[in-house]
Amino acid sequence: MLIGKPHDIPSSEITPRSMYLNRRKFLAGAAAAGAVALAGRAAGELLRPGLVSADGAKLNVTVKSPFSTTEKMTSLEDITHYNNYYEFGTDKYSPAKNAQALRTRPWSVKVDGEVLKPKTFDIDDLIKLAPMEERIYRHRCVEGWSIVVPWNGYSFSALINQVQPTSKAKFVQFVTDLDRSVMTGTREDILNWPYTEGLRMDEAMHPLTLLCFGLYGQELPKQDGAPVRIVVPWKYGFKSCKSIVHIRFVETQPATAWNIESPVEYGFYSNVNPNVDHPRWSQATERRLGDFFKRKTLMFNGYGDQVAGLYTGMDLRKYF
Amino acid sequence: MTADRLVPYSKPFVFLLCLVPMGLLVRKGVEGLLGANPIEVITHSTGDWTLIFLCITLSITPLRRLLGLPWLVRYRRMTGLFAFFHGFLHFMTYIWLDQFFNVHSMIKDVAKRPFITAGFTAFVLMVPLAITSTAGMIRRLGGRRWRILHRLIYVSACAGVIHYYWLVKADETLPLRFAAIVGALLACRAVFYFRDRRRPAGAPAAEHAERVT
Repeated sequence: MLIGKPHDIPSSEITPRSMYLNRRKFLAGAAAAGAVALAGRAAGELLRPGLVSADGAKLNVTVKSPFSTTEKMTSLEDITHYNNYYEFGTDKYSPAKNAQALRTRPWSVKVDGEVLKPKTFDIDDLIKLAPMEERIYRHRCVEGWSIVVPWNGYSFSALINQVQPTSKAKFVQFVTDLDRSVMTGTREDILNWPYTEGLRMDEAMHPLTLLCFGLYGQELPKQDGAPVRIVVPWKYGFKSCKSIVHIRFVETQPATAWNIESPVEYGFYSNVNPNVDHPRWSQATERRLGDFFKRKTLMFNGYGDQVAGLYTGMDLRKYF
Repeated sequence: MTADRLVPYSKPFVFLLCLVPMGLLVRKGVEGLLGANPIEVITHSTGDWTLIFLCITLSITPLRRLLGLPWLVRYRRMTGLFAFFHGFLHFMTYIWLDQFFNVHSMIKDVAKRPFITAGFTAFVLMVPLAITSTAGMIRRLGGRRWRILHRLIYVSACAGVIHYYWLVKADETLPLRFAAIVGALLACRAVFYFRDRRRPAGAPAAEHAERVT
């Protein structure tokens, strides 16, 4: 119970006028602080060397792909220090440190399921299966940022043709390695481990779908999915499964990690589509790393001419 | 009391201490150390510090009661205003760096995206608290009304935590940690409330007698 009128404020409690003014000053200075931070970033960019060399082994890249974009490539520094690889931590900066513990040799990839010739490939044989290409692709994350990456690899169809899928093979499932001793992120049930992804057979056969072993002419940095990953440039980044150990050809649509995690947010198809928002945020725009202004997101990430035909007659709102 | 007398002298230092997080962020920016997506770093950092300062502000009442340090309350206005300061910066990164002052797109966003709605609510509720933080305003409102108004901080903190929880993709560790802290701080108040009510009539709680406002 409060007795009588509120106490007068003791003089010690009254903020001196100079402090008031200070307070106002710092509120006004808020925007200025932001501006300074950004100006600093711009200055830092000018001073920073464009490329940081990775220690990965050189790849024998013999083909420059006509599929490549001429857009400015994202620096190797940014490509290797801003990663979504939840096995090595859920923030963007942990995989660059934590993934270095992953052993990528020896490494083999088991290919089985509805195929005539199931086979387990040693990674060093798999690399030589087809001529190594450079493909500069746009890469759009479901979170609303994008990069341009000079990937190295060859069309995944080259591998498919080796194992000869049967008529029952309607989908392909990719499985990421699950080494709990180094993949510290898998000690918690953030996703349904091992990470799985999948494509429909015609998507998997599409020449744009890349079986990828490197970037910038060197073997993949570990945080980017070494030693072998898939790259599907017209789909959100999470469809491009990293550090693959198992490829399975199956008859029915396979389970995929993010779809299991949240089926209303992450569909099986997950084609880049500015018209279908993530339930919690817009997909209309994206921030290209290194850019200040956001840009409009393109349908199928700008690969519509090549891939729109795969989805003729499909309601892409329903099959998001 | 000695501690009590030291409060005014310590305030400038506490003030500077509260500026350290943003100072470090600005320094990192100047040195180009904000990484591949500096705007995201600025957004996350200002958001985190808004919640941290809200928690600090909310912890003052439980701490001063549990530890018997009534003078702690005299830092509360400053920490509360720092919560608002970081919230304002966070809000600015959204309307300026994320939306580029596109009012139409922002209105759509606030209406359509629950996590934006929650964050927007949390920020808007802090505005009257910042405005009425001056001694003059406290006097004009009267202590009782002022205290009731400032309970909005409870709603603001909850909305802030919900905002965080709703925006993360899969790893809810950090938002849940904030939820636990805010939950505990609000639970303290519930305990104090019921304990004070059980006091025999006519025996005012020490709490009230020593309240400044």
